[in-house]
Amino acid sequence: MILYLMCFFLFLVGVYGTITKRDLIKIILAIGIMGYSVNLFLVLLAYRSGALAPILKKGFNVSMVDPIPQALVLTSIVIELGVTALMAALAIRIYQKYDTFDITKIRRLQG
Amino acid sequence: MQNNFPNEGMSVIVKTITRFTVWLIFLYGLYIVLHGHLSPGGGFAGGVIIALSYVHLTLAYGKNFVLERVDKFAMSSLESIAAILFVLTGIVGLYVIGNFLANFMGIGKLYTLISAGYIPMLNIFICVKVGMGLYLVFFYLASFKPQEG
Amino acid sequence: MILSQFIFVPLLAAFLIVLFARKKENIAAVIALAACAWILIVSFIAFFKLPAHGGMILNNTSGWSIPYTISLILDHLSAFMLIVVNLIAFLSAFYATQYINHFSGKWNFFALFMLMLTGMNGVILTGDFFNLYVFMEISLISAYALVAFGTESEELEAAFKYALMGAITSTMILFGIGILYSYTSTLTMADVGLQLRNAGTPKLLFLVYGLFIAGFGLKTALVPFHAWLPDAHPSAPAPISAMLSGVLIKTLGVYAIVRIFYNVFGAPTVVLQILMLLGTLSIVIGGFLSVVQWDFKRLLGFSSISQIGYVVVGFALGTPLGILGGILHLFYHSIFKSLLFLDSGAVEYATDTRDLRQLGGLSKEMKVTSTTTMIGTLSISGIPPFNGFFSKLIIIIACISAGQIVVGIIAALVSIVTLAYFLKVQKHAFFGKKGSAKVLEKVPFAMKTAMIILAALCLISSAIMIPSIRKQYLNPIVDTVMGKTSYIDKVEPYLDNGSVK
Repeated sequence: MILYLMCFFLFLVGVYGTITKRDLIKIILAIGIMGYSVNLFLVLLAYRSGALAPILKKGFNVSMVDPIPQALVLTSIVIELGVTALMAALAIRIYQKYDTFDITKIRRLQG
Repeated sequence: MQNNFPNEGMSVIVKTITRFTVWLIFLYGLYIVLHGHLSPGGGFAGGVIIALSYVHLTLAYGKNFVLERVDKFAMSSLESIAAILFVLTGIVGLYVIGNFLANFMGIGKLYTLISAGYIPMLNIFICVKVGMGLYLVFFYLASFKPQEG
Repeated sequence: MILSQFIFVPLLAAFLIVLFARKKENIAAVIALAACAWILIVSFIAFFKLPAHGGMILNNTSGWSIPYTISLILDHLSAFMLIVVNLIAFLSAFYATQYINHFSGKWNFFALFMLMLTGMNGVILTGDFFNLYVFMEISLISAYALVAFGTESEELEAAFKYALMGAITSTMILFGIGILYSYTSTLTMADVGLQLRNAGTPKLLFLVYGLFIAGFGLKTALVPFHAWLPDAHPSAPAPISAMLSGVLIKTLGVYAIVRIFYNVFGAPTVVLQILMLLGTLSIVIGGFLSVVQWDFKRLLGFSSISQIGYVVVGFALGTPLGILGGILHLFYHSIFKSLLFLDSGAVEYATDTRDLRQLGGLSKEMKVTSTTTMIGTLSISGIPPFNGFFSKLIIIIACISAGQIVVGIIAALVSIVTLAYFLKVQKHAFFGKKGSAKVLEKVPFAMKTAMIILAALCLISSAIMIPSIRKQYLNPIVDTVMGKTSYIDKVEPYLDNGSVK
């Protein structure tokens, strides 16, 4: 139970980073931290005490942990990769146009 | 093999060691892809490692060196062809069995390399797509010049 | 066999465009239009053949049975949403074949457009929670890239804002899916509903409700989460604004909320009250903030926030009349809002500006555009016999008959405000004195055709309100939503409750 609360706390650290940091690259890293926290939460859900990794081998008949959240995490990592690549490309283009990464100066849109 | 841009990239020590490690990384990625149905890994992880071998080469020798030897248009076309073949495998499953992405090859014997139906084939398609795609993303991000715009 | 075509045909079209159209750019439009036309015909076939199959078609992928696989489920609500999405997609793609001449990289546009269409069709058809998340992310990533398509400085900033907010809330949705999985140990929607029905309502579900309302609420642009929309809509090219405001908000937001909260969780009262409050706030804030805008597309963006508030209020009432109003307003809003966005795109194509203070007196030179904008304005303000009148009237009557008199009065008043700001648009853009913007080029044929078809649909689609047509086609849709967990009873015969339990 404490472990799940720590995962949620890591998620809140990521949200704090998104809100308070002024540099675009740090915001992208904070979104990465949020993604890691959710992946950790999903993998922790699968744990059964005293079980082994879910790989079949000859002669192994022991109890295994749940393999479905591991597939969910694999897909989630791919999606996070796509979003991070897109945001990095946008950040580089913004640097070309505005000459800075500071979000207090990237404010041409109002209201 | 002649290096037309000897002053770009990193130092001589890094370039020499890269010559030894690039193909090892590539081979390791291929191993993870081909044994995707027997051990952890599979298409995506192997594809990322293969892309990393190209990135390793680019970081050590400089962008122009790699640009001379690697055809970007061929990489992009290979990526699209792999994705189209993936969807076509699903359509063949649709016509043979009646569900999209159904398994139309035999199951085979357990724990051997050629088993588990069409999963190794799909792993290879995904590996090609992810490898080429990730390297092209890195390449285009690295090609931005700061003065445009 | 029909259902998987909605997913693999646009996907195949996207990859074929990347393969073939890099050198010859005109093939991209041909492939995209062919794929959109095929999918539109298949969606009509699916809608009309559905009653013959007993109201639900279920298609498993990969030959396994649910709950071990991902299933594609078509019932009346999904078939209706499919027609809406594919119709607007086809008309936007047709419009875009000539609008893109002002940008570079035609094949980029059409490939991303096809990916967005794949994602939206997947969200509508799927019967599995995690598959919903995957398809939602596919369409969202394409939308982020398409908003930044022009690569001006403001467009990049708007796309970054949208991507940032979308990434936070998608992570929240994944958190909610993880909590649901840990409680019910299955991912199929019908199976989750079955387990929850047998187990009662634990306290943990309120956290899931909160996470889902925040997550899907941002995609719907409900009021605390609306801040990305007025920046993203002016920055996107006009066909993408039409798709974003016309179908993406509704598919990823309203449809997902209705499907999850009505069919899986059984419409708990606290959720309906929260949605009613957020919907009312959206109506008021969207309506009043759009009066002071001077940018044409930004005004239309705030207007979208207001109209989506109407749809959410309709669905949050929980009565059959309210749900009928919500469904009708969803359909009609996608038609006339897309028409208005395509009109603004035509104005921008011709005069190169969106500022209402500089436009003026365009009705003489752009006859088709001004006529269709007038039809769109009359529809959105609720003037009979155009279609907006019927849906707004049903929502207001449903509010009052369900006892929410304050909401009904607010809805009626903001409808008058809607008429006010659209008349402002008409005065400044089309009638009145000539402004400083001149018509530089004429609007091409494809753009005019798409706008004329949409304007005709504004009139024709009010024919659905004829009682005989309404009883046959719309009542099954209302029953699907009102029946709440009867969705689970229809899927249950296919569930293979084997040895894994």
